[in-house]
Amino acid sequence: MAEIALNIDGREVRVDEGATILEAARNAGIHIPTLCYHPALSPFGACRLCSVEIISRGRSRIVTSCTYPVAEGLVVNTKSPDVIEIRKMLIELLLARAPKAEIIQDLAKEYGVEKTRFKIKDPENLCILCGLCARMCEERIGVSVINFANRGVERKVETPFQQTSDANLDVCIACGACAFVCPTGAIKLEDITKKKPIPILSEFDVGLTSRAAVYVPFPQAIPNVPVIDRERCVHFLTDKCKTCEEFCPAEAIDFEQEDEVIEVEVGALVVATGAGPLDYTQFSIYGGGVYPDVVSSLQLERMMSAAGPTGGEVLRPSNGAHPKEVVFISCVGSRDERTGDGYCSKVCCMYMAKEAIMLKEHDPETHSYIIYTDARGPGGKIFEDFLTRAEKAGTTYMRGQIDSVAQQNGRLLISGQDFITDETFNIPADLVVLATGLMPNEDAAKLFQTLHISYDSKNYLLQAHPKLRPVETAMDGIFIAGCAVAPTDVPESVAQGGAAALYVLKLFSQESIEAEPMTSIVDIARCTGCLLCRQVCPFQAIEAETLRDGRTVASINESLCKGCGICVVACRPGAIKLRGFSDQQILAEVMAL
Amino acid sequence: MSVEYQPKVIGFLCNWCSYAGADMAGTSRMGYPQNIRIIRVPCSGRVDPLFVVKCFQRGADGVLVSGCHPGDCHYTEGNYHTRRRFTLLREFLDYLGIAKERLRVEWVSASEGQRFAELLSDFTAELVRLGPRSKI
Repeated sequence: MAEIALNIDGREVRVDEGATILEAARNAGIHIPTLCYHPALSPFGACRLCSVEIISRGRSRIVTSCTYPVAEGLVVNTKSPDVIEIRKMLIELLLARAPKAEIIQDLAKEYGVEKTRFKIKDPENLCILCGLCARMCEERIGVSVINFANRGVERKVETPFQQTSDANLDVCIACGACAFVCPTGAIKLEDITKKKPIPILSEFDVGLTSRAAVYVPFPQAIPNVPVIDRERCVHFLTDKCKTCEEFCPAEAIDFEQEDEVIEVEVGALVVATGAGPLDYTQFSIYGGGVYPDVVSSLQLERMMSAAGPTGGEVLRPSNGAHPKEVVFISCVGSRDERTGDGYCSKVCCMYMAKEAIMLKEHDPETHSYIIYTDARGPGGKIFEDFLTRAEKAGTTYMRGQIDSVAQQNGRLLISGQDFITDETFNIPADLVVLATGLMPNEDAAKLFQTLHISYDSKNYLLQAHPKLRPVETAMDGIFIAGCAVAPTDVPESVAQGGAAALYVLKLFSQESIEAEPMTSIVDIARCTGCLLCRQVCPFQAIEAETLRDGRTVASINESLCKGCGICVVACRPGAIKLRGFSDQQILAEVMAL
Repeated sequence: MSVEYQPKVIGFLCNWCSYAGADMAGTSRMGYPQNIRIIRVPCSGRVDPLFVVKCFQRGADGVLVSGCHPGDCHYTEGNYHTRRRFTLLREFLDYLGIAKERLRVEWVSASEGQRFAELLSDFTAELVRLGPRSKI
């Protein structure tokens, strides 16, 4: 595209052909006030605040810079006395129309306009008819729920037939973009639709904040690039918008991108699909998902993170105050057949101790209670000391069981039974933290089935031997590590990962791979060539072979045969024998009884 | 029925799931009836229905054929063959004059030590109830 040189306020400015004066000025850092302009929307020229003086071929003219295209040699003056005078008049007119609009009052102050000489028709009116909302709804959102109605002095922004009828409810997606672009705050979503905007809750911050439809999943994401949430992105909902595509300087946005199936041939596999905390909202008996001040341990963790949604401050979700009394409930969904699974999630005792210590560091006035089933410091060494440290920091450890969590006068009341003193307790608290147990990922079992590796009734992977082969599976070349096997803390996961990697290296450093010695063999003298065995073989290890005498017999590829013996049973003439498990050998065992 | 009667049970257990499950019952120190004589096979698909008939012929009171849960076979589909073969054999057992209940085909995974122990207790109790088998 050709570049054009023009002169703005005595400076030479170069922009691409087709740009407007406003764009050229903004590129050069020259400020021109606007109300009805938005870079993502088509220029409209409604507010006329962006008026500038242009001098072309010796004649001076006033034009709106948001709509006037640049031309070679154009001389623009954005602050000439004439322009200022015009803007002052415009501000007076706007003041008469929307006297309470903050942005107009600020402009009036900037330009020294004290009051308007025009009649104020409606002192409460805020709408300046800039049309940003209507253009946003039509051009970007693509639903056109609101637009201008009537003409002249009667002109106003309206929904069809001036009502938030059910028909509009369907069309309006309650995105709130109209209210977002409105410069004066005249548009309120509740005037347009009865629908409530549903925030997209951030998965990474466990619902403590909301996120955009295009977002980086989490700070250490690999690759660390944004993704588009197809279910929420306006473009996928209405086929419009594409604002991100237009503004991305790297032109990296691709709406057409699809999931790809990438096939990779590998020699070994390490399955480390991990586990995650149970959803705390399912524990309504502890107030999870019922009371706002009942949070999960992961939510507390996010709040304590300096890069988290609250900048490292622990705040009560209900009123944003610092909690003084915090109650941790341990074993939520673990070691408790009542509410979940029977197994210990292993990591909770330690992170609760850490969080209690950190809460004290954040605010020395905080007092934490930890209601535990057993306070465990697995792994010996420093872990037990850490629990003691938490206790010394002023944490009250109580062995017991929670009966109820109730809300009372804006606080929470935790009632339960202390198993040591055998008395009931009632603790008023500002914040309740649920230490939810770990659970394998939901679709992990599907993957395990695909890989033919065993897993238990809780969907944790099964080791080849729990003591002697902890990172191997019954399948050759498939190794396992971390929380996919059982709840595991960080050092153990790292150790298991390292061990699994070593097993892979061990496998790869061999000159040759040992094959299964217990393979099937065919007695060609007895084989009739029916090839029923070929049909039942799950490993495609059986092929037809033509002998010199013209007979067709089955032939077993010993490097493919895994020795399952299915073919032996299928063989009618009894021509196939499985080494180590021949009919004679098995029957000998039967005979011995 | 005298309490002393101890039925003879022969168990064909697949190496990957049920044999490991029986092992799990042992390492977890769960008790189960000692009536079973376990024969390890690579896969329940290796068990020829004729082995079972042979067991009965040799005086077994009950036969257990056990493999991985359907879909979990170490050899992908061995236990599907087992399922089909033994559905047929069960129908023939009556014809041979052997109560159907004396043959059990069950799926026990490597983690189900508890299930294996319970299964055997249950099977043995049933065989005791059925009493000694008349000779073929």
